[in-house]
Amino acid sequence: MTSKAAPVPTPETQPYWDGCAAGELRLQRCTHCDTFYFPPRPFCPDCLSDEVVWKPLSGRATLHTYVINHRAAPGFEAPYAIAVVQLEEGPRLMSNIVGVPQTPEALELDMALQVAFEGRGDVQVPVFRPAGSVS
Amino acid sequence: MSIKGQIAIVGAAETSELGRIPQLSALGLHADAAVNAIRDCGIDKAEIDGVASAGQSPVAVAKHLGITPTWVDGTSVGGCSFMLHVRHAAAAIAAGMCEVVLVTHGESGRSRVGNGAWSPDLQSLNGQFEVPYGPTGPPTMFPIGVLRYMKETGLTAEQLATVAVVQRQWAAQNPRAMMRDPITVEDVLASRMIAYPMHLLECCLVTDGGGALLVTSAERARSMDLTSPPVYVLGTGESCETPMVSQMEDFTTSKAFRVSGAKAFAESGIGHADVDHLMIYDAFAHLPIYGLEDLGFVGRGEAAAFIGEGNTAPGGSLPLNTNGGGLSYTHTGMYGMFAIQESVRQLRGTAAAQVPGVEVSVAHGVGGMFGASGTLVLTNQAQ
Repeated sequence: MTSKAAPVPTPETQPYWDGCAAGELRLQRCTHCDTFYFPPRPFCPDCLSDEVVWKPLSGRATLHTYVINHRAAPGFEAPYAIAVVQLEEGPRLMSNIVGVPQTPEALELDMALQVAFEGRGDVQVPVFRPAGSVS
Repeated sequence: MSIKGQIAIVGAAETSELGRIPQLSALGLHADAAVNAIRDCGIDKAEIDGVASAGQSPVAVAKHLGITPTWVDGTSVGGCSFMLHVRHAAAAIAAGMCEVVLVTHGESGRSRVGNGAWSPDLQSLNGQFEVPYGPTGPPTMFPIGVLRYMKETGLTAEQLATVAVVQRQWAAQNPRAMMRDPITVEDVLASRMIAYPMHLLECCLVTDGGGALLVTSAERARSMDLTSPPVYVLGTGESCETPMVSQMEDFTTSKAFRVSGAKAFAESGIGHADVDHLMIYDAFAHLPIYGLEDLGFVGRGEAAAFIGEGNTAPGGSLPLNTNGGGLSYTHTGMYGMFAIQESVRQLRGTAAAQVPGVEVSVAHGVGGMFGASGTLVLTNQAQ
């Protein structure tokens, strides 16, 4: 395998990946708790209500924490950061940081990020670039 | 209802060899350790009526050893599974479901003989939401919170490296440890970068090996003709947090550690000052730091200084990972069994780097990447 691993959606996660394909990061929001949650599921993990709705997110995030991997996975070129980003709406996602050198100096914790999308096979996955940079 | 003091470990042994054992499959390593533990105990195999294992199914282990159990536990939540097995066995024995439980571990982590191939399920939560971002095994995932911990507590790279240096001091006293040559902070920081901020010497070994335990009631232990004195179970805990490390509630502390540890300490009735010896599963150098804080031995952000001051080193007030740990002793993949084995040896007074006068030992394990946890409080004092 020489290409990057591609996620395979399930019925519960398909709307998330459909959003990515349309260039929109979206998550479910519980209408009772008024909170977003991740990963997708057809009920609220706090109150178990099934009155949840898919909502588009701002795409704004901050760099919460990361490692810089020096042993490349198929399709990747080491070194590269594997990060956890803090979404403005609350949940956190694992992601890659693009459009910036993959160095500790350039990757400052809590720096502002903006979502972008990258192909993994036929699927688009959310990645993040420094806010204000040109995509 | 509590099992405090009512349950005893009456047999404990590792595989005859550790490190590279290409002549044995993973199942064969379970069996090798089991036979050694049965001999260590001196029990007739026919008396074993419970089997627990992870990695290889307890069905396979029982059949391989010719045991027909009345109680089976295949709990497999990663490297702390064996802490959970002891806990579950204690409850089952107390409830009369079985009387003598065999707990086994064996993994051909290095030689990969009969160990199964790892391939991610791309429909799983990890497969959809983590694997596409290029992790290459635990070194690229487990330490993902370390930079956050450093920013929030001031932990330095030198302090993190010190964890590996101190554990090598213990390993130097242990002929069975794979890595025994002394190392310095400079050596650690000069070793190859695996996944920034983690260097090679801050990552666990990859080895072949196994271990096994025999667990029974303290009452039955008194009537047995044992080769070594029993080790009593004072308290136990278990918990879990997340199958995806990226979904930890707080990257500077493990919820599973806190819940499991608090449960075990509460049941045991002991305080932290009563602990003479401590094992904290160290797949990576940050784990003893998280463990010391999450188990309550030190306050938040204090563990690195506590280690740096020599408290966990040979001669220190809280001897930690005295076999050399996953960093220097051995790490087959699910290391928790070896942490329990070292606690038992220290309580029996037979450890290679024996700490004088150990009466209470705590063995604390992690499963997955801060996914699960198990804690055992053990003593050699009959209750």
